[in-house]
Amino acid sequence: MTSVTDTVVAARTPAPRAVGHASRRKNLHSRRHYYWIVVPALVLFAGFHTVPVLVGVFYSFTDYAGYGTWDFVGLRNYAGLLADDRALHAYGFSFGFAVAATILTNVVSLAVALGLNARIVARNTFRGVFFLPYVLAVLVVGYVFQYLFANSLPQLLPFVPAVRDNLLSSPEWAWVAIVLFAVWQASAFAVVIYLAGLQSIPTELYEAASIDGAGAWRQFRSITFPLISAFFTINMVLSLKNFLQVFDHVVALTGGGPGTSTESITMLIYKGGFTGGEFAYQTANAVVFVIVITVVSLGQFRVLQRREADF
Amino acid sequence: MTTTLLGARPARTRAVRAVRGVRGVRGVNWWATAFIAVCSLTVLVPLYLAVVVALKTPDQLGGTGFEWPTSIRWANFADAWERTQFPQALTNTALITVGSVVLTLLTSSIVSWAIARNLDRTFFRGAYFYLLAALFVPFPIIMLPLVKETALLGLDNQAGLVVLYTIFGLSLNVFVYTAFIRSIPLELEEAARIDGASTWAVFWKVVFPLLGPMNATVGILTCVWAWNDFILPLVVLSDPAARTIPLAEYVFQGQYNTDYTVAFASYLMAMAPLLLVYVIAQRWVISGVVRGSVK
Repeated sequence: MTSVTDTVVAARTPAPRAVGHASRRKNLHSRRHYYWIVVPALVLFAGFHTVPVLVGVFYSFTDYAGYGTWDFVGLRNYAGLLADDRALHAYGFSFGFAVAATILTNVVSLAVALGLNARIVARNTFRGVFFLPYVLAVLVVGYVFQYLFANSLPQLLPFVPAVRDNLLSSPEWAWVAIVLFAVWQASAFAVVIYLAGLQSIPTELYEAASIDGAGAWRQFRSITFPLISAFFTINMVLSLKNFLQVFDHVVALTGGGPGTSTESITMLIYKGGFTGGEFAYQTANAVVFVIVITVVSLGQFRVLQRREADF
Repeated sequence: MTTTLLGARPARTRAVRAVRGVRGVRGVNWWATAFIAVCSLTVLVPLYLAVVVALKTPDQLGGTGFEWPTSIRWANFADAWERTQFPQALTNTALITVGSVVLTLLTSSIVSWAIARNLDRTFFRGAYFYLLAALFVPFPIIMLPLVKETALLGLDNQAGLVVLYTIFGLSLNVFVYTAFIRSIPLELEEAARIDGASTWAVFWKVVFPLLGPMNATVGILTCVWAWNDFILPLVVLSDPAARTIPLAEYVFQGQYNTDYTVAFASYLMAMAPLLLVYVIAQRWVISGVVRGSVK
């Protein structure tokens, strides 16, 4: 095929030279077009993505407040973070929240996906309902949930002390409300991913297993779960990574309160960096955060993939 | 993997239908149906709450909020329309979303094609992995310096957001497009080239029309992202007149935080456009999102 093309191309070239030479020239010529497409895109991407990252890393070694002059301070910002109770608390909250929300999202979504994959009535309608939160703005639905937690639930569940006194105003329990809302919102995506995974499993496997006398739990453990483990990995990694960066949920429900008890890292960077005059300090925080997220995601990925390989 | 999945699904659905046809309603798993029905209520409860509160007069708000309204106050919507400056926010969000979707489709597709067709070259392979690696860089690290940069370049407005969504979307979109492009036979492009088509023409006349499913996926993902995003408009936009819907809701919430009926009417109006699109094109949206994530 290639040789035919080359010959034809060569035949069409105005100045007929040696076949190989002409085709190489043609090849080089068309490659140049590809460079013209990709290079500007890369320049723009670097300009708006990589440059800010590098600028952030640069400022993290200074005492820049976001305005005025600045000086290099070495690693003082990083050292400061280690002794900063507010920052440590934000890391504690973000991790606790992210782990709880990730586990709950995946358990709930997998259960719902299994239900949807069973022979049920109006499956497509139900699937449509479960996916609905995905298209709604987190912030806007969050305000509805805020009303739900602050005004409705205290009257609906007066026998649960923490709920009766408004979950959102309790420094110990406000995070639970944020987890519940986050799970409600994130399950939409996780459910359709799990469902896609379940639908890729050939039904013959279940038929064979039930002939061999495997019960429902055994079938789930030995067929379903191993075969959707790639989907499990995607969902776990994506959920944890997204939940660690939680922002909109917290803004809508608590604004970081009561006090700073539900302040996430992203929120701390936003507040401190824009209104607290801590531009440089919070970029240092962001650099640490990037490293933490990368290490956690890669670690999680490796562990989950090794588990996948075991089956 | 994508192709296997997509290829397998219709066959399976057909098989399921055939089984249903034979066994009729007896094959239905009623336990699972009941479980799913109950779970789906938890999805709908907050939306029900949003609707009933938005229809009430303020003095009906004493109870849990779930009570059916005794008299309906449509004026909540009119009030919300004015107080959130809804027409302005809607125009901004619509312009930003449409602009981002169109620009993203036109640029991401051709960039992905150029990369996908040259992955044997170090430069293009490097570009691919560079863009892919950027997916793992969380937004907070970019946030503070980016705001300085957009302000400096005069991009702290709606046009700036269009540019940013287009550029930031590139890393995921290249990933989504590339696998699909590599499944398109090269012979189609070669044939067009033999007929004298330029690189530009080959892409727009031959390749782009074949990218339909991926264009749908990328369009949906970009649309939902640009429409609902809060943090990027929050930090980038400086002029109050440029506010997007989520930003307008945020400001409104800060100003009238006890005016629940009007606030809820504004939430409904904020959610309505995408909700409407979703209800109409539900299957299409779901399959588009799944196609973008399952590889």
